Amino acid sequence: MKRLSRYRRHKAAGPALLIFALLAIGTTFSVASATTTAQTTTADRSALIEEGRQIFLKGCSSCHGLNSEGGAIAPSLVGVGAASVDFQVGTGRMPMADMSTQAMRKEPLYTPGETAALAAYVASLAPGPEIPTEEQLNYERDGSTAEGGELFRNNCAMCHNFAGQGGALTQGKYAPTLMGVEPKHIYEAMVTGPQSMPVFSDKTITPEEKMSIIKWIKAAEAEPNLGGASLGRVGPVTEGLLAWTLGLGVLIGVAVWLAMKAR
Amino acid sequence: MTAEARLGQVANYVDERTGAAAWMKKNLQKVFPDHWSFLLGEVALYSFIILLLSGTFLTFWFDPSQREVIYEGSYAPLEGIKMSAAYASTLHISFEVRGGLLMRQIHHWAALIFMAAIVAHLMRVFFTGAFRKPREGNWIIGVGLLTLGIVEGFLGYSLPDDLLSGTGIRIAEAIIQAIPVVGSYLAYFAFGGAFPGEAFIPRIYTVHVLLLPGAFLALITAHLMLVWYQKHTQYPGPGRTEKNVVGYPLMPVYMAKAGGFFFIVFGVIAFLSAVASINPIWLYGPYTPGQISAGSQPDWYMGWLDGLVRMAPPLESHYFGYTVSWNILIPGLIVPGILFTGMALYPFIESWITGDKREHHLLDRPRNAPNRTALGAMSITFMIVALINGGNDIIATHFDLSINQIMWGTRFGIFILPPIAFVVTKRLCLSLQRADRELVLHGRETGRLLRLPHGEFVEVHEPISPEKAYLLTSHEQAPALELPEVDGRGVKRAGAIRNKIRSRMSVAHSEAIPKVSADDLKEIEH
Repeated sequence: MKRLSRYRRHKAAGPALLIFALLAIGTTFSVASATTTAQTTTADRSALIEEGRQIFLKGCSSCHGLNSEGGAIAPSLVGVGAASVDFQVGTGRMPMADMSTQAMRKEPLYTPGETAALAAYVASLAPGPEIPTEEQLNYERDGSTAEGGELFRNNCAMCHNFAGQGGALTQGKYAPTLMGVEPKHIYEAMVTGPQSMPVFSDKTITPEEKMSIIKWIKAAEAEPNLGGASLGRVGPVTEGLLAWTLGLGVLIGVAVWLAMKAR
Repeated sequence: MTAEARLGQVANYVDERTGAAAWMKKNLQKVFPDHWSFLLGEVALYSFIILLLSGTFLTFWFDPSQREVIYEGSYAPLEGIKMSAAYASTLHISFEVRGGLLMRQIHHWAALIFMAAIVAHLMRVFFTGAFRKPREGNWIIGVGLLTLGIVEGFLGYSLPDDLLSGTGIRIAEAIIQAIPVVGSYLAYFAFGGAFPGEAFIPRIYTVHVLLLPGAFLALITAHLMLVWYQKHTQYPGPGRTEKNVVGYPLMPVYMAKAGGFFFIVFGVIAFLSAVASINPIWLYGPYTPGQISAGSQPDWYMGWLDGLVRMAPPLESHYFGYTVSWNILIPGLIVPGILFTGMALYPFIESWITGDKREHHLLDRPRNAPNRTALGAMSITFMIVALINGGNDIIATHFDLSINQIMWGTRFGIFILPPIAFVVTKRLCLSLQRADRELVLHGRETGRLLRLPHGEFVEVHEPISPEKAYLLTSHEQAPALELPEVDGRGVKRAGAIRNKIRSRMSVAHSEAIPKVSADDLKEIEH
C-alpha cells in the first residue's frame, strides 16, 4: 500500500490509470458482446448448414444420396459427425478421384470454409463425433511422448509400421503414412475410423492418451535420423538392398580393379 | 648396421629356434591365380574379422538379460518405459557409449556384407565347377559356413530384444513347434518354459559370441588350409594346365593386394555404417508379445525363408490328437532341408551323372557346362521369388500393388519361373557356345565393309588371336555316359531304372555345340 500511495502523484499514474480503465471496459464489453455473438451464431449456423447442403448436393449427393442416406457405392452419412467430414474432405480423400481400393490422400478440393460448411451440414443430420477444438488438441502441453509410443506400438504400429511410415493391408488397401498429417486429422481418424481403420473411442483410448499418441507421432516426425540415412524407416528390406548394391557392389568393383592386369 | 642386416638377424634368431625358414620360403612363394571373382571369398573373410573386432567391442556394454528394467537413458521417447536389460543396454551402446552406435552399425553392416559375400562366393564356385574333385569336402565346409552364417546372423539381430527381433524369435519358436510330436517339447526346452521367458536371450548370447564364432574359426581355418593344400583353381587359358598354377607369388604381390583389400573392405563397411542407419532399435521399441509392427521382415539372408512361410497355404492335419502344421513344416523345415542337403551333395550328384572321377583344377566357363549353369540359374530364381514374397508388404506399399496379388504371383511363380529360368539359361549357354564356334571359325567382325570389284559388299572378318582361340577350344566336351540296359551276354543289368535316370541326366548334361576341331579349321583353309 505504501508503494501505491508513493506513486499516486507520479506523472505516469494518469495514463496508466487510463489504460487500465480502457482495458477493463473493453474486456467487459467483449464478454458482454460474446453472448450476443453466440445468439447470432444460431442464425449464422443455419446459413452455414444451408451452404453446406448446397455444396453437398453438387459434389457429394451423386454417390451419398440426396439426403445423405447412402447408396450402392457409398455409405450413409447420417451420424458420421463433423469430425468424419473434416477428416475425409480436409485431407482430400473425399470426393474420391476414382473408385479403386481406397480413397487416397490428395490436395483438398474444397477450401477450409467450404469444408466447415459441409461438416456443419452433415453434423446437423444426426449427432456424431465433433471436430476437436484447438484447446482440446493441445498435445504439446497434455501428452507424454513415451506413453504415446507405448500406445502407438500397442494399437497403431501393426498397420502403420513402427515409425508411422504406413504399411500394406489386404487386397491393395493400405494404412497410410502418418508423417506430415495434421494433429487434428490424426485425432479425427482415431475417433471416426475412416476406411479400414477401426474406431478408437474415448473409452478405448482416452482423449489424453490420444494426445500422447499425437505427441509421439510428431516426435517421430521431427526425430533426426540418428544412425545416418533412414532408408525409409521400413526395416531390413532396404538395408539388404543397400548391402548388396552399395556394399558388395562397390567391393566387387574394387576386386575387379585389384585383379586388373597392369598396363 | 643396415636395416637389411638387422632384419636378417631377427630372421636368423627366429629360424635358429623354430627352423621355420625352409617352410616359410616355400610357402611365401606359393602362387595364387589372379581374378576378381577369387576375391569374393576374401570379402567374406575380411567381413568376418571385422565382425569379430566390432562384436568384441559390443560385448563390453551389452547386458544379455531379460531382467525387466525401467529406461532412464538419454533417448527421451522411451523414457520410463519398461524393457529388458538387453534392450536397455543396446540403447546405452547406441546413445551413451562413445562410438557405440557406429560400432553397432559396423557390426550389422558387416554381417549383411559377410552373408552377401558368402553367397556371391558360393555362386562363383558353383558356376565355374570349382567344387569338383578334389574339392567336394571344401564345398561341404562352405555350405556349412553358409548355414552357420544364417543362424549366427539371426541370433545376432535377435539379441537386442527389440520389437522387430522379438517378432522373429516368435516365428522361430513357431517353426520349432511345427516339428511333429516333439515340437512343443523342443520349444519349451529352447526357451526354458513358455515364450518368451527369461532364458532365451542369455542362452543365444552364449551361442552367438562363443559357440558359433568358435565353429566359424575352426571351419574357416579348415576351409583355407584346404585351399592352401589343394591349391587354388584357375581359369583356363594358354599355359594353364591341370598340373600348374599360373599367378603371382603370395609374397609380396598377393600379400600386398590382400592386405590392401582388407582395408578397403573395412573402409566400405565403415563408410556405410557412418552414412546409413541399420537396425534402428530405438524406433522399433522394446519387445512385448502383444505388439507387432507392419512390415516386419528378417534380414535379407532369412528373407527367402520368411517368403516361403508367407506363401504357404493354411494346411493342417490332425493325427491321434496331434496337430501337424504343414503350412509351417513344409516351408520352414522340409523345403530348406531339401535345398541345403541338395546343395551339399551336388558335387557327388554331378560326378555320378557324368561318371567323371578325375581331378579338376581348371575351372569351367559357365557356358561350357550349360546344364549346371541352368541349374544354378534355376536355384537363384527360386530364391529370388521367395525373397520377393518375404518383402511383399514393403513392395505392395512402395509400388502400389496388392499384397494378395504378389502372394499369388509368387505362389505360382515359385513353381513356374525356376523351370523357365532353367530352359532359357541352357539355351543361352548353347547360343554362346555357338557364338564361340563362329568366332574361332570366321574370326571377329571388324565392322569394316569392303566393296568387291563386281559390286558386292562384304564385311571384313579378322582372325582372333591364338590365345583367344585356345581359350575357346581348350575345354573338353565329354560324351554322355553309355549305360546299356543289357550286358555283353544279353542279360538285363541290375538297377535298370537307376541306370535309365542316370543316362538320361548324362545326355542332358553333355548337351553342347561341338567345339571347333583341327579338322574344321583345315576344311576352312581349303
